[in-house]
Amino acid sequence: MACAELVELVTAYLEGALSPEERLRLERHLSACDGCTRYLEQMRTTIRLSGMLTEEAIPVEGRAELLRVFRAWKGER
Amino acid sequence: MPETPERAETAPVDDRALVRALRNGEELVFMGLVERLQPTMLRIALMYVQSRAVAEEVVQEAWLGVLKGLDGFEGRSSLRTWILRILVNTAKTRGVRESRSVPFSSLWWPDSESEPAVEPGRFRPAGDPWPNHWLDAPASWDTVPEERLLSNEVLGLVREAIEALPPNQREVIRLRDVLGWSSAEVCEALDIGETNQRVLLHRARSKVRRALEGYLGQERVSA
Repeated sequence: MACAELVELVTAYLEGALSPEERLRLERHLSACDGCTRYLEQMRTTIRLSGMLTEEAIPVEGRAELLRVFRAWKGER
Repeated sequence: MPETPERAETAPVDDRALVRALRNGEELVFMGLVERLQPTMLRIALMYVQSRAVAEEVVQEAWLGVLKGLDGFEGRSSLRTWILRILVNTAKTRGVRESRSVPFSSLWWPDSESEPAVEPGRFRPAGDPWPNHWLDAPASWDTVPEERLLSNEVLGLVREAIEALPPNQREVIRLRDVLGWSSAEVCEALDIGETNQRVLLHRARSKVRRALEGYLGQERVSA
């Protein structure tokens, strides 16, 4: 496996979607390649940092209307 | 695993308790759910319809559909997945009425045939003794202090990189990596296949990594 191929397989690898053979090839390459090991680490860090983002609270449009809708629905039960 | 309060949700809050509370008419629970899902619902609605005003109507209509269907919710998927699916279906119906020219199936197809995860110039060319191996290998980020990684600047950069993505890639990476939805949840909610979702996620993550690399600095390392 060449490095250019590994970087395309990284997502599938992390998803557990590679076949056992492909996974073995990839991990074998990783054990011998510092560059790809660092690439995988960078990808893991990227994912981790994305997970640190908090969702921007946006004003809920039609908040009052939604509450009205909920109460109406509640009332009809 | 304990999670800090500020962290965006990962696993669904106990769905059965939520549904029970909703069926009991608990308003705070409903509005809490609305608040949690509203940004996602609005952004995705905007992919299907022409204007923000219409997207907002779609979201309202979807919530109505959620309430009407609540008694029939069996918990076969997570609640949030089910709600987002209602949103997508509502958006599609509305979009059809607005006679969009772009077929909806193509909304979630990757925009181009191929999009390399890393610029080809980073690898050794054909004819080199080690073709397609790193020429300009990635640096280690181990030396970057954690405080720097979690700084406002870096997280802001990640946020911007995600915002700059094409909508289909953006929404998939938001659902998966920012909000922590599972692959199955995303595929179910958006009604897309596993492979399709993975391609979008792959391209999105590759771009965000590249943006981070550009910011954190890249040592010239020849492999």
